[in-house]
Amino acid sequence: MMKGRAWKFGDNITTDHIIPGRYYHLRSNPDLLAQHLMEDTDPEFASKVQPGDFIVAGRNFGMGSSREHAPLVIKLNDISAVLAKSFARIFYRNAINVGLPLVIVDTSDIETGDQLEVDLKKGIVRVLNKDIELKATPLPEVMLRILDDGGLVNHIRKYGDFKLEG
Amino acid sequence: MTEINCQVIIVDKTISEKIFSEKSGKETSAGDIVIARVDRIGLQDGTSPLAIRQMIKMGLNKFEGAEKTIFFIDHASPSPRKELSNDHKFIRDFAKKIGAGISDVGNGIFHQRMAESFVKPGDLVVGADSHTCTYGALGAFSTGMGSTDVAIAIMLGKTWFRVPETIRVEVNGTLPNGVFPKDVMLAIVREIRSDGATYKALEFVGDAIDNMSMDGRLTLCNMAIETGAKAGIVPSDHVTKKFLAEMGRPEDFKEIRADEGAEYEWELNLDVSDLPPLVAKPHEVDNVVAVEKVEGTHVDQVFIGTCTNGRLSDIEIAAEILKGQKVHPETRLIVNPASKQTYLQAMKKGFIEIIMEAGGVVNPPGCGPCVGIHQGVLGDEEVCISTQNRNFKGRMGNPNSYIYLASPATCAASAIKGEITDPRGFLK
Repeated sequence: MMKGRAWKFGDNITTDHIIPGRYYHLRSNPDLLAQHLMEDTDPEFASKVQPGDFIVAGRNFGMGSSREHAPLVIKLNDISAVLAKSFARIFYRNAINVGLPLVIVDTSDIETGDQLEVDLKKGIVRVLNKDIELKATPLPEVMLRILDDGGLVNHIRKYGDFKLEG
Repeated sequence: MTEINCQVIIVDKTISEKIFSEKSGKETSAGDIVIARVDRIGLQDGTSPLAIRQMIKMGLNKFEGAEKTIFFIDHASPSPRKELSNDHKFIRDFAKKIGAGISDVGNGIFHQRMAESFVKPGDLVVGADSHTCTYGALGAFSTGMGSTDVAIAIMLGKTWFRVPETIRVEVNGTLPNGVFPKDVMLAIVREIRSDGATYKALEFVGDAIDNMSMDGRLTLCNMAIETGAKAGIVPSDHVTKKFLAEMGRPEDFKEIRADEGAEYEWELNLDVSDLPPLVAKPHEVDNVVAVEKVEGTHVDQVFIGTCTNGRLSDIEIAAEILKGQKVHPETRLIVNPASKQTYLQAMKKGFIEIIMEAGGVVNPPGCGPCVGIHQGVLGDEEVCISTQNRNFKGRMGNPNSYIYLASPATCAASAIKGEITDPRGFLK
């Protein structure tokens, strides 16, 4: 069970919003890179966000480039999960690969400052201060398996190959 | 469906289903999860270092896909700063160690190089760059992934996929004068929107596609990702055959097209006969309007290049418009040919000279200012019109700037007038 504060963003948050391309030279220095998370949308975001908090967004979160640094810097800021109505394809796969949980859920009623409780296994999101319970769309079996292993690197280290079926 | 021996049923397939069936060694259809062998793997300088570190972390110490792999140094090329120079060194050393290819400074953009020299119809290609979808134009299934997924493909020579459903995009009609494949794709993005094809493949068909050059088809497939798609694919045909012959590899041709009864998720039909030149306004690619709606908007910079529109025919149309003209004194024109081959041909044909005489600057082959690292970063409140594929906030290095996307012709005409301009007044 994960608990934390919600930080709400809109639709179509691009990988350039998440981590601007101008910090290209910091990609081999992830800790420095992580300080620029969401900077062009909220310049103070990386200093305000607390370990365990959630990023919450609308449709198509993570559209754009294939930069895996986008989910990576979210994870390096100790954000528990990203909740959105939908995710862009490459971001979605990258997030699971780096072990960042994603929750596909109708986020319309969630606002910045809300206290959330997320049960990833059951696919339930509770907005504690509003007494709302939301049902998430379950992640595909393959994604859950990779996530359970702590990301794709750990999955491959464990099995030496893909082990995507029971 | 065709029934054979009352038992085995062969289902008509889309191009994606055909390629995944062949590469996974079993009959597959949309929705299936498969592990498939890949034919080509590419990475660029911004995604390679993380991929290499992930390979080291996984510690398998085998690189079954190394011979199929090419590392392209194209995004920050030549390097503008020491951190990136060190990344480049790291990439070169690793490529050498595992026996992978390297396309270094001066050779050009990953996706153009792949189309020119490496990808064949029917191939399955993965690349650590979202615009890997470009060579679907050759009848391949190519898709962008992150560093870790691509790292695994290099180590195991295979990776896992979900076979996508396909949206059939039928484009008919004759392109009017002054309207180009970029305008066609902006019209398609406007219809599908930026997430309307998420997880899907696009198959481009129709007489406008049959009559389109390989350069134009590459522009279309390049921007498939801007609809959220996993791939954009054109069936291979006489245009593909001619292109491969021109690239000196006629033996790589093979015909691939969908079966008659293949199932599509939905179809988009577009007639381009009356299409006007289009632009995508800041800050989203599907924010598309006719050029006349924004005509007169001052532009500080014009950029012609990238994996979308930095090919020979793009530079040719720009040169045709710029010939004998001058770039507006309050506007900068920057051109990056997509590859060394493009640059050399443009030079031989006199296009480079025309562009420079008009007041443009020609950068080395590579991604140039598109990714906001170097060679034309925008200032605060500046406006750029570009042939690239993305106009996201901050894309060209400054979140306080504005990017419009258009065809090379619209960009060249805008460079002369110093404001967004309909190119039709400049073409015979």
